[in-house]
Amino acid sequence: MKKNETAKRHMGLRALNRASNTAIYILLIIISIIWLIPFVFIVLQSFRVESTYQVGYVIPHQWGLQNYINLWNSDFKRWYLNTFIIALASAVLVTVIQLCMSYTLSRFRFKLRGPLMRFMLILGMFPGMLTMIILYRVLADLGLTQANAVPGLILVGCASSGMGYYVSKGFFDTIPKSLDEAARVDGATRLQVLYKIILPLAKPIVIYTILTAFMGPWGDYVFARYVAFGTSAGYNVAVGMYSWLTNDQIARMYTTFCAGGVIVAVPVTILFLCLQKYYVEGVTGGAVKG
Amino acid sequence: MKQYSDLEFLRLSKWQKFVYRLVSFFCSIPRAIGRFFKNIGGYIKKAALAVVNELRDIGVTFVHGDWKTKVSYVVMGFGNMARGQVLRGLLFLIFEVVFIFYMITAGGHWMSMLPSLGKVGPTQEYDAILDTYTTVYNDNSFKILLYGVLTIFFIVAFIYTWRLNVKQNKLAEQFLKSGKKLKSDKDDLRSMVDEQFYKTLLALPLTGILVFTVLPIVFMILVAFTNYDGAHNGFSNNLFTWVGLDNFNTLFSWKSAGGGQSYSATFGEILAWTLIWAFLATFTNYFLGMFVAMMINKKGIHLKKMWRTILVMTVAIPQFISLLYVSKMFARNGLINLTLLDWGWIKQPLPFWEDATWARISVILINVWIGIPYLMLITTGILMNIPADLYESARIDGANAWQQYTKITLPYMLFITGPYLLTSFTGNMNNFNVIYLLTGGAPTNPAASGAAGSVGYTDLLITWLFKITTGAESQYYLASVVGIMVFVVVALISLVVYNVLPSIKNEEDFQ
Repeated sequence: MKKNETAKRHMGLRALNRASNTAIYILLIIISIIWLIPFVFIVLQSFRVESTYQVGYVIPHQWGLQNYINLWNSDFKRWYLNTFIIALASAVLVTVIQLCMSYTLSRFRFKLRGPLMRFMLILGMFPGMLTMIILYRVLADLGLTQANAVPGLILVGCASSGMGYYVSKGFFDTIPKSLDEAARVDGATRLQVLYKIILPLAKPIVIYTILTAFMGPWGDYVFARYVAFGTSAGYNVAVGMYSWLTNDQIARMYTTFCAGGVIVAVPVTILFLCLQKYYVEGVTGGAVKG
Repeated sequence: MKQYSDLEFLRLSKWQKFVYRLVSFFCSIPRAIGRFFKNIGGYIKKAALAVVNELRDIGVTFVHGDWKTKVSYVVMGFGNMARGQVLRGLLFLIFEVVFIFYMITAGGHWMSMLPSLGKVGPTQEYDAILDTYTTVYNDNSFKILLYGVLTIFFIVAFIYTWRLNVKQNKLAEQFLKSGKKLKSDKDDLRSMVDEQFYKTLLALPLTGILVFTVLPIVFMILVAFTNYDGAHNGFSNNLFTWVGLDNFNTLFSWKSAGGGQSYSATFGEILAWTLIWAFLATFTNYFLGMFVAMMINKKGIHLKKMWRTILVMTVAIPQFISLLYVSKMFARNGLINLTLLDWGWIKQPLPFWEDATWARISVILINVWIGIPYLMLITTGILMNIPADLYESARIDGANAWQQYTKITLPYMLFITGPYLLTSFTGNMNNFNVIYLLTGGAPTNPAASGAAGSVGYTDLLITWLFKITTGAESQYYLASVVGIMVFVVVALISLVVYNVLPSIKNEEDFQ
């Protein structure tokens, strides 16, 4: 009798579990569709050649590469090159600066460490946009705006990147300090400890930093617009493509924007997916520890 | 309020503890302020004593020092060089020479102009040869303020270095008297990659932060006390000058601004929406992201990696593409409206960006779309770290799924992600990209037409700040007042949360 009841309960539980799993699958499928659909739309519309403005259907009536040809003939090449140069330079400089900063704050205990970290915390509470006005004027005096915006953007983008040390410091904190101490006992200098012991162990966070530093400039809009103001040769992709969606341009350039979006997003996304493992490690390991 | 003893406090439930901390924090504010003012005399006395001590030490060192030390008071680094530390001495000397050269050629000039920010603006002068009037630019308020601040930084650095120079001489004398050897140049160089390695590592990052963040922020705080704007750019049209607290009075005045509502009303409205937005954006993302992560994590769900990859892919695509595209998709003549019209489901286009309420709800929903993948990533790792036996024993005790969530998962998550929630809240307050790329602040708020920078219903303080600084009549002084207010709000919120949440306080706890 009793045996029978428990068996029934088990079956009930299993049915319930199956039902909830089905519900979850349905939800996940819906979520995946919602998350992917805009990107599918962008790709489809980039191949639409019968009209260049927004329409009420998704699948093109006529397929073609006209939008990509338009892209090739526009200033897009220059914008793309600009952004690529900025991204490469940031990937190097930001990584070096951030790793120096986070490694130091994680490993060394010096008198000004606490005050320094508090000071940077407070500095970070000021909206960064506030500094744009003056940085723009300074760059203008140095001749690094408009057509020469690229070096200016690299300089400003990398200079203060030390303030974003939190994620990688969180990672360095997880590497046991006893490793350092053992090497120091064996007579290694701090420099040797860093590049012989810590750096090989820190590969995930180095790759994470390079990846985020490389991806950042592709979406940088505000300051880039400020610095390149009105000179197409100094635009990055975000500023340039934003200008295509203004009210007087959108009817002519909408599908070209979609094509540009595909060209920008595809390489970055592929790179990201290849290095996804490190990104996830960095985000989950460092971001939370703060 | 009621004071609890430690034992009573421990007996409270989680919520009661939270409320207790919150209330006691706010209750302690008046007392803390009172204490501050009561102790202010003490602080001043302490500071004065410290200065007197420093001065006495400088004097004593001079009187008792040998001739090498005495010369070092004028020629920095002389003592070091005379005692064999050539490298250190040389650095001191070079710094002194550069400083004196700078002060004579430029610094003195900028400092003397700082109180007035320039006297002579651009003038028209008759050019006899060309028979035209040409503009001659004279003082430049912008440069005066910038280089004035820089010079003050420089002077402070010099005083610090000079003091260091005196201290080193004193130490060196003591060392030699007690028969020890001084560090040689070689030792110094070696220590730069060893004991003092942190100085080497920090040199580059901190220089960058000093020049590109600290200096501009000090400059912009000062701008809040001037009338620097498009019409007073300090160079090619009019000079700008100090105006005291006028700009703060403008922002907080109750008088109608240009026929519309007062500035303080506009500021209050934008601030309220900024806070609502930050709250909703943070917590919708947080809970929905956690929900998605839990669904994917659930035992018996297959293809975990695929679901995650689909969501993570959207993190990789630059935000300006996805946001701009979605923004146009929901526009009046965008894909959604046109499709629904074609199908005959609606007669009028839906006012996604034209109606204030529609626009505010739309930005929050689209922000969920942007934010969930990221939150899913963060929470997945933490969820997997919750010890499985906690759930096991809960199940044996007969807890259902909801109870397990509220009693185990949520408290654990909140404890671990407390700091993250705080940074994410302040980050959302300054979330320029989502708002600006989606709506640009639209729809326009007609009541605020008198205020600078065409205020809209979805504008956050940060997008408003941006709008004020662009366009022909960029009112930089107002933008910088708004920026200071953003800082004040963020700092206040952080201070409260920091004092109320237990998990943020101790850095070492998380290591």
